[in-house]
Amino acid sequence: MMVGVPALPPLAAAPRHHHSRSDSAESPVAIDVDSLAFYYGEKRALDDITIQLREHVVSAFIGPSGCGKSTFLRTLNRMNDIIPGTRVEGSVRIDGVDVYDPAIDVVDLRRRVGMVFQKSNPFPKSIFANVAYGLRINGMARGKAEIAARVEESLRAAALWDEVKDRLHDSALALSGGQQQRLCIARALAVKPRVLLMDEPASALDPIATQRIEELIFELKKDFTIVIVTHNMQQAARVSDYTAFFWLGRLVEFDRTEKMFTNPSEKLTEDYVTGRFG
Amino acid sequence: MNAVTAATIRPPVERAVARRRRRDRTFRLLAQSALWLALAVLAALLMSVVSGGWERLSWDFITSYPSRRAAAAGIYPALAGSMFLVVLTGALALPLGVGAALYLEEYGRGTRLERLIEINIANLAAVPSIIYGLLGLGLFVRALAMERSLLAGACTLALLVLPIVILATREALRAVPKSLREASYALGATKWQTVWHQVLPVAFPGILTGLILALSRAIGETAPLITIGALTYVPFVPDSIWSPFTALPIQIFNWVSRPQTAFLQNAAAGILVLLAVLLTMNSAAIWLRDRFQKQGVS
Amino acid sequence: MRRAERAIEHLLFACALLSVVTTVSIIAVLAVETVEFLKVAPMTEFLLGTEWTPLFADQKFGVLPLVAGTVLVSLIAMAVALPMGLLTAIYLSEYASAPVRRVAKPVLEVLAGVPTVVYGYFALLFVTPLLQHAVPGLAGFNALSPGIVTGIMILPMVSSLAEDAMRGVPVNLRAGAYALGATRMQTSLTVVVPAAFSGITAAFILAVSRAVGETMIVAIAAGQQPRLTLDPRVPIETMTAYIVQVSLGDTPTGTLEYRTIFAVGMLLFIGTFLLNLLSSALRRRYREEYA
Repeated sequence: MMVGVPALPPLAAAPRHHHSRSDSAESPVAIDVDSLAFYYGEKRALDDITIQLREHVVSAFIGPSGCGKSTFLRTLNRMNDIIPGTRVEGSVRIDGVDVYDPAIDVVDLRRRVGMVFQKSNPFPKSIFANVAYGLRINGMARGKAEIAARVEESLRAAALWDEVKDRLHDSALALSGGQQQRLCIARALAVKPRVLLMDEPASALDPIATQRIEELIFELKKDFTIVIVTHNMQQAARVSDYTAFFWLGRLVEFDRTEKMFTNPSEKLTEDYVTGRFG
Repeated sequence: MNAVTAATIRPPVERAVARRRRRDRTFRLLAQSALWLALAVLAALLMSVVSGGWERLSWDFITSYPSRRAAAAGIYPALAGSMFLVVLTGALALPLGVGAALYLEEYGRGTRLERLIEINIANLAAVPSIIYGLLGLGLFVRALAMERSLLAGACTLALLVLPIVILATREALRAVPKSLREASYALGATKWQTVWHQVLPVAFPGILTGLILALSRAIGETAPLITIGALTYVPFVPDSIWSPFTALPIQIFNWVSRPQTAFLQNAAAGILVLLAVLLTMNSAAIWLRDRFQKQGVS
Repeated sequence: MRRAERAIEHLLFACALLSVVTTVSIIAVLAVETVEFLKVAPMTEFLLGTEWTPLFADQKFGVLPLVAGTVLVSLIAMAVALPMGLLTAIYLSEYASAPVRRVAKPVLEVLAGVPTVVYGYFALLFVTPLLQHAVPGLAGFNALSPGIVTGIMILPMVSSLAEDAMRGVPVNLRAGAYALGATRMQTSLTVVVPAAFSGITAAFILAVSRAVGETMIVAIAAGQQPRLTLDPRVPIETMTAYIVQVSLGDTPTGTLEYRTIFAVGMLLFIGTFLLNLLSSALRRRYREEYA
């Protein structure tokens, strides 16, 4: 315990969440989460999350380590299914359909809800093959010409084309950390997702590379819905339109970023964003 | 105290320590000599084989057929038989072994049946090779009516080396980082697409090395092949998988069992050929592994 | 598309199931012929009889001479492999420098990879003549020579498994001993080896199992005279060598002689299976101690 850190309010007293209803020009809801709970075996990692994420905006998830923000992100494209022994309650609706419905094709869901990981993980193949992989396995492009065109399109969208256009068939692993991450973004964009989930995409990068990623995110939100998890509050403040604050598996507050960082409704949120804990 | 007494009267603790250090040195020498003895035996073995067979080794020897006259006998059919066997065994053991390993590593859910399968694989690795021969005799030669053919031999050897392939493949699969699979799934790939396009290519060098290790073992096996009826006097090269056959170690065994010195020389020469083949295979394994490791994940 | 995925999964499952099928097949093949054999030669005669002459006119089916031959060769092999293997393991794990280890390990692997028929040649044509100088009355075929050579063959196995077991002993146990001023020898013998005891024993038992199942070295150098004896200087026959002997001959299917190899094989399988089981149980207990 550090000196000067105020006593945290007891959890029972922390209210569920506050939504802002003041904006009149809000875009439609892309992801509608209702009473979501998530269990690793017996342990409850997420408790009663209800939130609506809107289209064509950047929503940021913030909170201290272990608060469940990454876990929650992964429930949105069912990546947690890969881990044995996990269980979900509640619903996650994308375009009105609950993605946890047994009739849903998980594989297709993951194409439509793309993901970029904290540590960039390009395949040990060429730059071109990395971006083309998603197209090939999903049967989204036929013929070398079409594939090449889509690869170029995605690399441009990820602001990487100019740097790699002359060496598309070089190994992806030869790129710098920042370039690899943009390649991973290009790879995700190639399959034309509706939503792009980004799990601390810049945490392993230097400040200049981070800046380029943040600029890219700003560009991308015109065409995509972006949800970004970050432990860097300043990044959340720079990059996002809406921010959700998680703590110990609960959603404490969700509102426009401006309000969250200048005048949050919850004391807990205020303590976190002013750096009193976390 | 004068110098003499100081040097000759040592306190009990120092004496004990000195004794311990002597014992430690003796023990270390003993342990070291165990290792050296083992190496010496290997050297003696190689020398005895080389001195026994080097003169007999010639191109003629490699390309001739066996004969009742030791001087004219060669190992050509045995060499051909071994080569065919190795290829056939590999063709059987690779898909079956990789398939089993893939199921256990990528599709497994930790059920009791899977535990049983894993226990079985571990047990089969420790079953004496001659038991596999009896299995081959009862199952492949008789029950499945393959008779004493190349195919029966290959099936028997494939079962024998299967645990090796499975184990090596599982380790190779485990070495593939999880992040690779996650990246593939996140793009909407199915499990098999992920396995085929991402996991197997990265695991490939390890799998190949395991296969060559398994085949090195197979090529030196004698007992199971004798049991299923590989012939020891085969004056022809097998012409199909249904054909009877012989193999290098069996030919060597045949010659070693004769009292005449000339045949013993043939046996030694045959051993040199067998060792040369083994050396080539193992070197190929090491070379392949290094080459792929450079190419792949850097 | 998804149906293809299911089909592939089932195919892979079938590959995995093959191992169970193999074990079942081994037991079935051995059992079928053994049962037929036991109809003619009662179990008591088989297991307790002291004469084994199934290929002669006066057929006797007591398997003890073969068992004695196997036991004798294995005992000699273990007398060589156990101390040498353990000492080698101690040397490599506690004393040897990295360059020495870098050379010694591959060499031991080569020793382990030499085909057994080559070891048989070595036993018959090098070791036996050599020993005949030292041991009076050593016959051309005997148990001593293949026993020693089998021991050398399994030495790398003992060494590597024992080394693994010793490496599993936590460093702080060793550190405690060194801190008290113990020498390397004292630490190895009084701390590490006892701590790794069940792991080392598991290695020994596995090596015994290997020695028992060894075929070619004895087929070449031990002889074909089943004899109920513990004298290592005379020709004997092991269970494995008997199976080879019959297989080399022209024994038609369905005859009693044909069935004897399966009966002997069954005995061999059960013996090695029990040894392997014991070894696994010990290894599991060892892992539980230090997991």
